[in-house]
Amino acid sequence: MRLNYPTNVKIIRVPCTGKVDTIHILRAFEKGADGVCVIGCMEGDCHYNSGNFRARKRVEQASHLLEQIGIGGERVKMFNLSSGEGPRFAQYAVEMTERVTALGPNPIKLARKRAAA
Amino acid sequence: MTVKTPSKLEKILAAGHLAVTSECGPPRGSDPEAITHKAEMIKDHVDAINITDNQTSMTRMCSLAACIRLKLMGLEPVLQMVTRDRNRLALQSDILGAASFDIHNIICLSGDHNSFGDCAKGQNVHDLDSLQLVQTVRYMRDEGKFLGGDEIKRPPEMFVGAAANPFADPFEIRVPRLAKKIAAGAEFIQTQCIYNLDKFEEWMKLACDRGLTEKVYILAGMTPMKSAGMARYMKNRVPGMDVPDELVKRLADTPKEKQAEEGITICVEAIQRLKEVKGVAGFHVMAIEWEEKVPEIIERAGLYPRPKVV
Amino acid sequence: MIVADKKPIEEIIETTRNFKRLLILGCNECVTVCEAGGKKEVGILASALRMNALNQGREVKIDEITLERQCDHEYLEEIRNVVDQYDGILSIACGVGVQFTAEKYQATPVLPGVNTKFMGATEKRGLWVERCQGCGQCILATTGGICPVSRCAKRLFNGPCGGSGNGKCEISKEVDCAWQLIIDRMKALGTLEDYEKLSPIKDWSTDRAGGPRKVVREDVQL
Repeated sequence: MRLNYPTNVKIIRVPCTGKVDTIHILRAFEKGADGVCVIGCMEGDCHYNSGNFRARKRVEQASHLLEQIGIGGERVKMFNLSSGEGPRFAQYAVEMTERVTALGPNPIKLARKRAAA
Repeated sequence: MTVKTPSKLEKILAAGHLAVTSECGPPRGSDPEAITHKAEMIKDHVDAINITDNQTSMTRMCSLAACIRLKLMGLEPVLQMVTRDRNRLALQSDILGAASFDIHNIICLSGDHNSFGDCAKGQNVHDLDSLQLVQTVRYMRDEGKFLGGDEIKRPPEMFVGAAANPFADPFEIRVPRLAKKIAAGAEFIQTQCIYNLDKFEEWMKLACDRGLTEKVYILAGMTPMKSAGMARYMKNRVPGMDVPDELVKRLADTPKEKQAEEGITICVEAIQRLKEVKGVAGFHVMAIEWEEKVPEIIERAGLYPRPKVV
Repeated sequence: MIVADKKPIEEIIETTRNFKRLLILGCNECVTVCEAGGKKEVGILASALRMNALNQGREVKIDEITLERQCDHEYLEEIRNVVDQYDGILSIACGVGVQFTAEKYQATPVLPGVNTKFMGATEKRGLWVERCQGCGQCILATTGGICPVSRCAKRLFNGPCGGSGNGKCEISKEVDCAWQLIIDRMKALGTLEDYEKLSPIKDWSTDRAGGPRKVVREDVQL
């Protein structure tokens, strides 16, 4: 559709959000991501039945953990849409970017810079 | 049933009188006045007084000490013993302690779970259950031995009881459960407080049909309601309690300042009805924190004066 | 299996804060099934602790190993050559594994990362329930396969007590009354007349009351 969405959104494709495990989310932050969004099918429409439900639970788990270790649970979020909804994807991407920008950079990045100095 | 102990309660029951017992809760402190004061209020209207054992798992003065207080006043205590807090060593030990003061009545219970009280973080013991405690007391008394097998010097002479709740679930085993308690050695039963008289009479009939009322004395538990609020609370919030809607309604329809009086009347009417029920050997009137009403209830129910036995 | 639950991360952060080289040691058996201490949980914990340390300006090396079990010498031997690389081990196996590891590697502090709860079963994913307390003298044959020691809050042998209501225990509507279950089972099996048999006084000496226990099988010892 060639809609615009922010360039700092890196897309990693998975066959189903059910493939996304908690550790993948955490590793992304370990490597310096400022935010992670998990975008899956509408609830009830999962091609593999409950993949997106599992993803939701894992996102919640990661969010809780990130909050407890001071990175910020708000940095990870799950969105649901159907594959035809291009404009909605762009809308979510913008929403996420705004949200993460407001939260500031991942504290890990700053901490790494300080440690290297 | 023949008399096996010096218990005054046993003698009254064996003589065929309707026995009357009541209950005092020990204080959450060490002031003996709290016991003696309550006992003074009821002493001429009852044959024996139960002392509860850390009721609702709230730490209180121990039942044994309070029973000794009653004994020193010349009254007849019933030692209530729960299995929640003491192991078999302590239970046997306390039984001997009671026997050393010639306390002749004991009732064996499991006890409310400790999560209800002020020691929810503590261990609960339950080394024996209530029926096994009944067996233990009978064994100590009749065989004169400790559970471990050694002889007891001056074994306890105790009239042994257990509790029964005709209203707890499941109803179908409530009479077999009574039979089990008798098989374990229970000689008297005090029931949970009764409001559903029909259901109680049904339970009594089943017990009579099995011949159980020939083997054990059943004392019907009675607690007067103080208010419609109390009735509702007991109905909805207290496990194992069966409060009929008509009773709540009767109290709710009474003006607030007269509800306590109505509660007493309901209690008296219940006693008068249950006096006629075959197998009821007496009444256990529990008016916790309302002990001053016990004399009135006993008198209005036609159970005063209390018989004298040698 | 032995059911355990993750310790709160704040507690783990606190107890491991002085370690610069930490090994997180998982177990492939019970704690994997109850999703508390398996390979996945090791990975997640390691990642979280690394990020936490970085965030607090601390340098720490955190490695991840998951053994088949931590309650057998032969599996614990597998880390013998690497143990010296760490100044602390966080074992997220059950309490047995933590202790066995600590006994084996006496020069390295071994800390627990889960709270071991009970012996139980997976009722469904995410729900584990207690079934056995290891009293040492199984009486399930007399109670229709339902244990009064582990499932009755008062471990009554001649229950139910007067607090049983609607098949639930007096302590909570979410706890089944074990004796209601036993009676229902006896009815289903047609053995309800056995209900009146008195269950004898329990010998607790085979339970923890008798002291720390062991099982010795000379017929299999070489």
